[in-house]
Parts: sequence; C-alpha cells; structure tokens
Amino acid sequence: MATTLTPVLSRTWDVNRSWGLDAYERDGGYDALRKALTLPAADLVTMVKDAGLRGRGGAGFPTGLKWSFLPAPDGGPRYLVVNADESEPGTCKDIPLMMANPQVLLEGVAITSYAIGCNHAFIYLRGEVLHVYRRLLRAVEEAYAKGYLGKDVLGSGFDLDVTVHAGAGAYICGEETALLDSLEGRRGQPRLKPPFPAVAGLYARPTVVNNVESVASVPSIVANGVDWFRSMGTEKSAGYGLFSLSGHVTRPGQYEAPLGITLRELLDMAGGVRNGNRLKFWTPGGSSTPLFTDEHLDVPLDYESVGAAGSMLGTRALQIFDETTCVVRAITRWAEFYAHESCGKCTPCREGTYWLKQVLGRIEAGHGTQEDLSVLLDVCDNILGRSFCALGDGATSTITSGIALFRDEFEAHITGGRCPFDPAASALFDHTPRRSRDRALTGTPGTVGA
Amino acid sequence: MASTAYEPYEGEKLERLERDAAEATSRYPDPRSALLPLLHLVQSEDGYVSPDGIAFCARTLGLSTAEVSAVATFYTQYKRHPNGEYTVGVCTNTLCAVMGGDAIYDELSEHLGVGHDETTEDGKITLERVECNAACDYAPVMMVNWEFFDNQTPTSATDVVDRLRAGEAVAPTRGASSVCSFKQMSRVLAGFSDGRADEGPAAGEATLAGLRLAREKGWTAPLPDATPPSQEEASPAGKAAPPTRGRPSSTDTPAAPPTGGTADTPTGRDPSKEA
Repeated sequence: MATTLTPVLSRTWDVNRSWGLDAYERDGGYDALRKALTLPAADLVTMVKDAGLRGRGGAGFPTGLKWSFLPAPDGGPRYLVVNADESEPGTCKDIPLMMANPQVLLEGVAITSYAIGCNHAFIYLRGEVLHVYRRLLRAVEEAYAKGYLGKDVLGSGFDLDVTVHAGAGAYICGEETALLDSLEGRRGQPRLKPPFPAVAGLYARPTVVNNVESVASVPSIVANGVDWFRSMGTEKSAGYGLFSLSGHVTRPGQYEAPLGITLRELLDMAGGVRNGNRLKFWTPGGSSTPLFTDEHLDVPLDYESVGAAGSMLGTRALQIFDETTCVVRAITRWAEFYAHESCGKCTPCREGTYWLKQVLGRIEAGHGTQEDLSVLLDVCDNILGRSFCALGDGATSTITSGIALFRDEFEAHITGGRCPFDPAASALFDHTPRRSRDRALTGTPGTVGA
Repeated sequence: MASTAYEPYEGEKLERLERDAAEATSRYPDPRSALLPLLHLVQSEDGYVSPDGIAFCARTLGLSTAEVSAVATFYTQYKRHPNGEYTVGVCTNTLCAVMGGDAIYDELSEHLGVGHDETTEDGKITLERVECNAACDYAPVMMVNWEFFDNQTPTSATDVVDRLRAGEAVAPTRGASSVCSFKQMSRVLAGFSDGRADEGPAAGEATLAGLRLAREKGWTAPLPDATPPSQEEASPAGKAAPPTRGRPSSTDTPAAPPTGGTADTPTGRDPSKEA
C-alpha cells in the first residue's frame, strides 16, 4: 500500500487567519496543554520518549531522551531554547510553519517547559524573516492574554515567560552551542562539549535546545497518544514530518508525511520532475548531506535507511536537480556558502572551507587540473571529523559524494577548459546569462596560490 | 562620509533609546543577551551600526566598545556603513541560483549600477547576494527588508526596485501589506512590534501544496484512539474524513546507526554521546 500524506502540523494552514489564537483554539489548540498540566512532568518526558520523537532539526537525537539528560532540579533556573534559526540550504519547513501557525509552537513550548521544569523559554529566530518575527511576537502577546503563558498558567501554579529573540544573520547560530553564545550576546561560535547544554547551557544552566518542528510535534503526542504517533513512520523513525520539495519539481512545497516515505512517492505527489525531465541529483536533508541520484528514489526517508544508503535524513530538505544542472556549479556554490559561514573558530573549517571554495571555483571556471580533484578530497579528509562542530563536516558532504558520483563531469570542466552546461537551461525562465560585476570574486585564474 | 549621517546621541533621541534599551534588557535574565536587539535598535535610529551606537550599547551593558564591535562585525545584518532605505537581497545559494537567482542578481546589478553590498546613489537600494532564506520551494527568492518576494524573474525584480525607488508602496508575496523601511524593520527586529502581524497571508501556494493534495485525496493523519485503518475511500471533505491508510509500507526498513545530521544540530559523531 502506498504511503499517503498525514497533515498534522500543516492541517490548518489554509484556514482563514490560521496564525491567530482564535483559529488555533477552534482546532482544539491548547487542549494538549490543559491535559499536560494535569500530569506529572516526568510522565510527559516518558511519553515523548516512548513516542520515539527524534529531533527534527537534522541530527535525529531522541527528543525525550534529551529532556531526560537534565540533572535533578537544584532550585536554580532551567531553560528551554527553541532553535528557530532555520538556515540549512534547502530547508524551508520551520519558517512557513511559524508563519502559518505560531501558536502550535507556543503550545509545544509550554508543554516542554512544564515537562523539564523551565520557567523562562526562548525562541531564537533567525533575523532574516521579518514577518515571521511579527507573527511570533503577536502570538506570544495573545497567549499571555489568554493565560497560556505568564504567571500561573491556566491556574496550574506553573509560571512561564517566553522571549522571542531575533538573530542577525549567521548560519552557524543553528548549531546549538553557537546559538546559546549568540543568545548570550556574543559572537555565535560553538562551544566545546562536554559539558553539554543539558548540564551547562544558557547562562551555564541546564538547558534543552530543540528544533521548532520537534517542539511543535509535542502537543499532538500529548493530545493523541504514543500509539497514535507510532502508528506513523517506522519502528526507529516514528511519526510524521514535513518534507520540503524544491527545485526542478512540478509542484514544489511542503508535504507532511510519515517518516519512511520515498522520494519516488513524494515526486509522484508533486507532479514529478519538471517537464518530464530526468532526476539527476538531490539532497535528502539539505546541503550538508551527501548527494543522492535517481538510484536512490526508493530509499525510505527515515534516519536509518538514508544513513544505510550513505547519506543523512537531515532536515528532509529535498532539493531536486534535473539533467540541465551542472553539478560542479551546484557544489561550488555550496562550498562558497560554507566558506562564508565558517565562524573561524577552528582551523580545519576556517582554512579548509576557504581552499575548497578556491579550488572548486577554478575547476568550475575551466581552469582546474586533474590534481585539483585529489586536492579537494584531501582537504575534505582534513576537515571531516577534525572540525570543532558539524559545519565543517557538512561542508565536505556534497564534495566527496559529488566527486564519487560525477567524477566525469568534474573532469569535463578540466579537460574542456569550461563549463559544458548552459546555466539558462536550468533556470525557470528564458534569459541570456551575463557575467555580473562582482561574480569575478571567485573562479578567476591566478587567484589561487598567487 | 558617513560618520555624521545620524543625529547625535543626546536629548530626546537618547531618552528614547535609553527607554527602549531598558525594555530590551528586561526581557532577559542577563542584560548582555540584549546586545543583538540593541544593535538592531541602533540601526533603527541611524540606519547602520554607528560608532556612537556602539558606544551606546557598550555603556548600556557595561561592555567595552571593542566587545560590542566584535559582536557587531560577526553578523551580516549589522551594517558598517549607512544602508539604503531598502535592502534588496537576491538568494544566490545553489538552489535559487540554479533556478534563476544568478540571472536575477545580474540583472538587478546591471539595472541599478551597483554590486554586492553597494547602495544606489539615491540612497534607496542596497543590493546584496543573500544566503538561503528558508523559502526554497518558492525559488528563485528575493528579500526586500527581509520580507519574502517569491518566484521572481529578472523582470519582476527590476519592477520591484523601480517602484521602491519611485516611492510606491510595494507588497511582498508573503508578508505585511507593504514593505517598511530598513529603519522600521530594524526596530521590529529589536523586539518592538509594529502591529502588522495580522497583515498578509498565512501561506503561499507552495506551503499549501501537500495540504491541498491531501484534501483532494481525502488523506489525513490517523484518528486518535483509532480503530484499525479504514479501507473505504474518504470523502474530499478534508479533516473530517476518516483516515484511509494505516501504517505506511516502510516499517521494516533495515536499521543502521544514524551517521550524523546537519549544521543545525551536533553531528558527525555517535549520537548516543550527544546530549
């Protein structure tokens, strides 16, 4: 039986003014919080553990287990910090979720805070989404006014303040310890672990950092139960998730489905690759995950299966590229991104991403040598596993997988002395490409080692 | 040229800033957490992070100006020279670039006569290449003062900047009913609501693509306390319909340890050791 979509978080997105508290309450919003407040906090932790909810921000760490790592209360503050810094290239699920229904996130925040004994929660939103910040600020106002937040939440005796905090443009702040440094008013650079945030997080106090979609999934588990959640997905990758299709697909968008659905099934729902073209390569979970090709159309999109096939489920950011796309161009652009976003704290990432960008730039421009390919692989080898955080690891994913899958295309740039692809063919509109005034920053001969 | 392009930090302006800064710091257990909001606040007054603005943040939080500068220079949204009234950012990360973002950026750059992080002579537009802005299903994407302009073309993008330069009200695809100025935006990012949250749509077409299909097919999540999955075809009535499917077909997939994740979360190691 084919898998079908299971709208849970997205269920109300087409309702009139779906972002408002009225619409959310009409849909049963905050019933889960009412129920949660009647239960012992420890039962909620157990419930989320038993449900098998795993972190929806990329790594897939079990959410309930993360909560349970907090040390026993010592009378001091404990914090929940929601990671709403969605910036992984290709990832576009949390932002539309918060735009259309910020209240479900706040209900999740309230339940999670109660479960872990937190009285002040923070939502760290990337700064580059103005209207989402407006919606979150308004949602918090509305929730306070109705007693879902603030002193004595719904008469339970539980107090909860929520602060929505806007970042200021830095991909690295999606890394949870960099996010905490940023939230403390510092440069967003990752911290050495251990200690983990559970022990010494925000202001060196016990802290849970969870992704938006993870937290927003909590109310549905509390409302509908562990068995309900586990009736979707696979044994080890339970539940539903937002799958984000983008790129050369007929109907790009958000498709909420059980984990374990395949790209073949999703593409079928989305009208296939545009113009009946062939699928050339895709990312299962953003630009930090190794590339897949049309040979991977039937890999179940759950943590285990994608891992076994050599990539990572990541954020379920399915970026689809058809045969008109130059894979060298795609990978070079991602490499430029990582070089730009490397925080500079550790040498392998700071220097390594710089050189990856330079070498890829000259290959793309047709000035590379055969030796450059081994240089790339060698640099990747020196970054992967040797960087301070996962940003460096992620920078190598598409390069090593891309060379393994499309070595002949890299070589064609080298032997042909130019890119064999027409960039206009991969665009959505007809145009004649021109070289922009500052594109020459990369890929020019003579800049490397000069 | 820029050092005197803003009002001095005195009188009413200083009082206003001190009042706002007190509110911003009150949101946090540790006042230093308000540094990012305060830098946005400074930009809302001066149009960039001015030297006096840095000194104001330092004085407010008991930091050195070097400490404040170190933070301000880390984040791309903080501007070191006066910004235009509108930041126009074209996504040229891979997905958008391939779908046409490169062509849009090139067209705008030619049309406006400025390159990355440069401002038109009339002070209206600062052009930027921006990184992925979490709207890939609307590629190619352009941001104007961090409001979404989805599914752009070179023509639509040049039309937007022409209207902005002409002083017209311009509506984003998903956002408020018109884009505000860089200074107004910065004030919101400092945490001061402008009351415009209820403007604009909840979602665009791509956001709703899966939901629309589910409605059309009568697909829903399983009902709670459910009964075994029903085999009958559901009506297209949407969420009132019973689920047509139970457990998906992929429950017996081979298990393997996850090998990591993305930079959103700690990875690349044994996740069981991650807290």
